[in-house]
Amino acid sequence: MPGRIGVSARTASVWRTATLTEIRRETPRVSTFRFAVPDWPGHVPGQHLVLRLVAEDGYAAQRHYSIASAPDDSGHVELTLDHVEDGEVSGWFHTVARPGDRIEVRGPLSGFFAWPGDRPALLVGAGSGVVPLMSMLRHHRARGLTVPLRLLVSVRRPGELIYAREFGAETTPVFTRSAPEGVAVGRMTAAHVAPIMAERPSGGWEAYVCGSNSFAEHASRLLVAAGQPVERIRIERFG
Amino acid sequence: MNITRGFTGRPRVDDPGLPPGQYDAGDEWPVLSAEVTPDLAPADWTFRIDGLVADPRTWDWEQAHALPASAYEGAIHCVTSWSKFGVRFGGVSLDAFLDVVRPRGSATHVVAYAHTGYTTSLPLSDVTGGRAWIAWEYDGRPLPAEHGGPARLLVPHLYFWKSAKWIAGLRLLDHDEPGFWEGNGYHPRGNPWEEQRYSGD
Repeated sequence: MPGRIGVSARTASVWRTATLTEIRRETPRVSTFRFAVPDWPGHVPGQHLVLRLVAEDGYAAQRHYSIASAPDDSGHVELTLDHVEDGEVSGWFHTVARPGDRIEVRGPLSGFFAWPGDRPALLVGAGSGVVPLMSMLRHHRARGLTVPLRLLVSVRRPGELIYAREFGAETTPVFTRSAPEGVAVGRMTAAHVAPIMAERPSGGWEAYVCGSNSFAEHASRLLVAAGQPVERIRIERFG
Repeated sequence: MNITRGFTGRPRVDDPGLPPGQYDAGDEWPVLSAEVTPDLAPADWTFRIDGLVADPRTWDWEQAHALPASAYEGAIHCVTSWSKFGVRFGGVSLDAFLDVVRPRGSATHVVAYAHTGYTTSLPLSDVTGGRAWIAWEYDGRPLPAEHGGPARLLVPHLYFWKSAKWIAGLRLLDHDEPGFWEGNGYHPRGNPWEEQRYSGD
């Protein structure tokens, strides 16, 4: 299954300094971290980067994170991070980091989960799995693209819906534990997928699924059962 | 490397089995495949070796199981920074398959490909000499589908993206032909002890 874009090997190998410029709270456990990376080579929505934190004794921790921001954000990238229990890296971001701090990043990486804005995009995410999909949605808006884009996003409760204020008619939230008045509570089902599949956009949907492994398994099965070709389902799992 | 203000990191462990930049995932075994987990029954599974070999050959499930059993017990290392210790895989050494097809002297690399279309490239020397397996058991039980069952390639001395899930075959080549991740900025060899994560490492 081919990637959507080529990736420069040279781009992937260089460590660049990223300066934290802003921290925005998204939900009680999730914040967005904005970085200035003056020589950022640019990315395509859906790509990830690798970041590195280094302790005084030289100990380094590297993590892969999806990029949340759209490409047209000159010299800036945004990451949206969960505060993971006992997470040495996310813990630093959520309790120590402040504007002005400098870290190191490399990338962007992977052309597989990338969406250049060409094909109709069916995006399915859960929890912070919405992050790379948000980069696609923002790109779609920023460029005024007319190719169809739909987002299904699953969260436990309304207060955990990241980017809630930014969603429009293209997005259907699914609430698994509690929902706003008049909205059903329950897992994502075939009934959520069917109306989108029925749109049958020209050229067919390119599906992007991001979330935990159990969510990715569930969502990809729903898509396959609804007739989405397996070779047009791209999956990014946490881990 | 520039020091990150206020970053201390997890407590240091002096573990000679842990490659640089890795942490011990304990009992967890994250799943990171980029494709839909296939619905592949053992009866539908086949494994082929062709390319620069004297006798290209395809094995089905029964034929592959007729080869001498071989096990791996030890560690596996994922490029996303987790390592897992004390894992036990059962299957057949890749040497047993290669002995049947007889690689030509000009063969230097292999492309491993999965029933899903995933590919990864390896030097031939990394999949010979008792260092690679076709594995269908994990911890004494059938390998779960999400971890590559019914059978996966196992090359535990390299980062785990080289150990292709749902393995369908190997093609022997006289050059390196980048696979799925190698074509996406990842290192051509992926030796965790030299921290060969990305191209240029």
